[in-house]
Amino acid sequence: MELHARIPLTPGTATFIARLTEDAPRDRDVLLVRGDSTLLRVGMPPSCRDIQLPETLSYLRAGDIVRINEGAGHIRVVYRRNSPHNVLFFTERCNSRCLMCSQPPREIEDGYLIDEILEAIPLMSRATPELCITGGEPTLLGDRLLEVIERTKRHLPNTSLHMLSNGRLFRYMHLARRIAEAGHPNFMIGIPLYSDIASKHDFVVQAKGAFDETVRGIMNLARVGQRLEIRFVIHRQTSSRLAHTARFIARNLPFVDQVALMGLEMTGFTKANLEALWIDPIEYQTELRKAVEEFRRARIPVMIYNHQLCLLDKDLWPIARKSISDWKNVYMPECSPCRIKDQCGGFFASAHIRYSKHIIPFEEAAMV
Amino acid sequence: MTIGLNHSFTELSDYQPDEYCLLPIRFLSLDSNRYIVSNIAGNYQVMERPDLDDLVRHRLPVHSLLYDDLKANHFLADRDSNVYRDLLAAKYRTRQSRLPDFTSLHLFVVTLRCDHSCQYCQVSRVSEDRAAFDMSKETAGHAIALMLESPSRQLKVEFQGGEPLLNFDLIRYIVLEVERLADGREMQFVITSNLSPLTDEILEFAAAHKIFFSTSLDGPADLHNRNRPRPGGDSHARAVTGIERIRRRLGHNAVAALMTSTAESLKQPEAIIDEYVRLGFDSIFLRFISPYGFAAKTAKRIGYETDEFIGFFKSGLAYIVSLNQRGIRIRETYSTLLLQRMLTPYATSYVDLQSPAGIGISVLAYNYDGGVYAADEGRMLAEMGDQTFRLGSVRNSYEELFANSPIFSTISDTMLEGLPGCCDCALLPYCGSDPVFHHRTQGDVIGHRPTSAFCRRNMEIMRHLIRLLEDEPHTAAVLRTWI
Repeated sequence: MELHARIPLTPGTATFIARLTEDAPRDRDVLLVRGDSTLLRVGMPPSCRDIQLPETLSYLRAGDIVRINEGAGHIRVVYRRNSPHNVLFFTERCNSRCLMCSQPPREIEDGYLIDEILEAIPLMSRATPELCITGGEPTLLGDRLLEVIERTKRHLPNTSLHMLSNGRLFRYMHLARRIAEAGHPNFMIGIPLYSDIASKHDFVVQAKGAFDETVRGIMNLARVGQRLEIRFVIHRQTSSRLAHTARFIARNLPFVDQVALMGLEMTGFTKANLEALWIDPIEYQTELRKAVEEFRRARIPVMIYNHQLCLLDKDLWPIARKSISDWKNVYMPECSPCRIKDQCGGFFASAHIRYSKHIIPFEEAAMV
Repeated sequence: MTIGLNHSFTELSDYQPDEYCLLPIRFLSLDSNRYIVSNIAGNYQVMERPDLDDLVRHRLPVHSLLYDDLKANHFLADRDSNVYRDLLAAKYRTRQSRLPDFTSLHLFVVTLRCDHSCQYCQVSRVSEDRAAFDMSKETAGHAIALMLESPSRQLKVEFQGGEPLLNFDLIRYIVLEVERLADGREMQFVITSNLSPLTDEILEFAAAHKIFFSTSLDGPADLHNRNRPRPGGDSHARAVTGIERIRRRLGHNAVAALMTSTAESLKQPEAIIDEYVRLGFDSIFLRFISPYGFAAKTAKRIGYETDEFIGFFKSGLAYIVSLNQRGIRIRETYSTLLLQRMLTPYATSYVDLQSPAGIGISVLAYNYDGGVYAADEGRMLAEMGDQTFRLGSVRNSYEELFANSPIFSTISDTMLEGLPGCCDCALLPYCGSDPVFHHRTQGDVIGHRPTSAFCRRNMEIMRHLIRLLEDEPHTAAVLRTWI
């Protein structure tokens, strides 16, 4: 599924955020005109103009939100009303440089992204179940992050917020405290911890002192009552300490609300470090089972993301989530005869470059 | 070199320091070549002697598997991280987190009268003289007022005796008074009873006020009745009937059972455990007999040596584990407590095994005659003429009882962290201080560790549990389900 497309170039026009509608457009709405091809009708008659909607975006529906930049001949999908995987992309900047980053950071001035997010939030459906704040590192935006939290709380009171952060800036207690003061009723922060050994975590995120900062951040957030998820991406540089890290979390950070053990996404920096990172998931199943056992004993809810069911012990199936966002979720040719495909999380589209040699379709219907 | 790492990334070795320092650790031999190593947060690791030698002599190969494990356990530190200080502090704080609650368990000895004349009890009186051995309403009123002065948000009232149900009118009075005055505090009521005087009226009252029961069950009928004589010799039958009636009216878990082990008990751990299983209990506490209530002459007949008890405990535990392996869910209570301390970071409450000792600061006993004691055992000693653990009377004010009370110097003098023989022991994080026991058995609240039965028993039980966790994976798997 494409989220970007080219549109005809119209130099000198302003970039804007708009919600699509199929009936009477209101302020900030663009009318979807269905015909042989779909048109986006901008503005109110008589001063309206039509933009041809590219075929790859023909799935767009009323209630979806797009960013139209005719000056650069570009349209981007900001929000899809019927998707459970809507993302608020805060920034490309980051203070870490993880070996397997799927979104390699760039040191650029991209403050317009947050302006657009703040603009788009009031246009979103109140029925939106969840929004995911991601980047880059969202906490680099400081006050503007708090503005987004407050705005979602006001306009989308039923929507839960999930933010992916490396947690390092929460070593400053005042930032943790301000997040708590924003008082969002359903806000979870997912923070990665890649080892129980500081130097190994610091190596994975390529930042000296990051382990200490992240652990202090987690402790500060816990102190203010913030709900927390710990994320662990399993690859060749992390897999050998997976069970140890589980024990470390159970012993030192037992207050976390949940843990996600995640498979590798074969994109971004992962491609540059492919041989250093790739490990066939079949090789770490023992570690994975041991880690899950540690979390279960400690009564910390644990989930497995981005793994195919045929690689997992049946005992782990109930905690395997279909976690890959719909627009980048695919299945491999081996999967076509599989009877439980609909229960399986499948692959990232990027997995075509490398995936497990042990994918075996279940030809008999299996029970989950 | 990390194979396949893009040149724009920094190697792991650039993040790894090449020397380490030791964090505070204690160690103790486990067997001929292994040591238990632990820290203040209760993390432990079993190490071979040469490895321990290398660790303390700074010869451990840095970034070996063992090095990483010791580092993650906070036994050593290097320059890549100093957050271990915060983590150790947080873990220590968590383990001690019940301390600021102060006294939460309050024992009301509502009567000394009892219909039983148990061998191991010197406290109870078989007597009709209510005036001499029952607590009065007035005394109870003062005791309630004292209890409510405790800063604890959760208060547990335990009715003790004698047989407390013989003075049920006073129990009713106390429950209603406490509920009237509780002011939003979380209250819990437990009646410790042999259940023989149980009536429907008592059950109805218990149902209406969420009162739990704790009863004595020493094992199968012949053993139980031998330990616990009463007219008619039917103590066991009455206890079992009582348990069933409570469960029918109040629910399965509204009654717990406790056993006291006599010399006779030590011969039959399996029969005792089977009796608990038969009666549907999911835990059993293999409990050492306390040297309080009984006089020296009975001690000879019913008492036993520490090593005999340890043998009993180990074979009982092995039997309980084997029951679990056959699908019968039952836990041993003392092991569960110790395993929680060894394997989890959480605080545990057990007034008889904590440091500082629980006397006075975790538990207070209000005796029938208005005496206030720092422990249940303290009032038992008083019945034998030893007033060491008496704080005063219910007619004293809270301040009079606690300000400058000699009990505080006993508590601070007997903290394990400063006791000879304890302060260096690797089992300290799991153990506790028992000044009443040492006063009674060694004539001194501090006592002498090498000859202390308390120390011998606890060290051997803890070593045994650690050996099981290390060496017997099938047993360890069962033990881990208990915590």
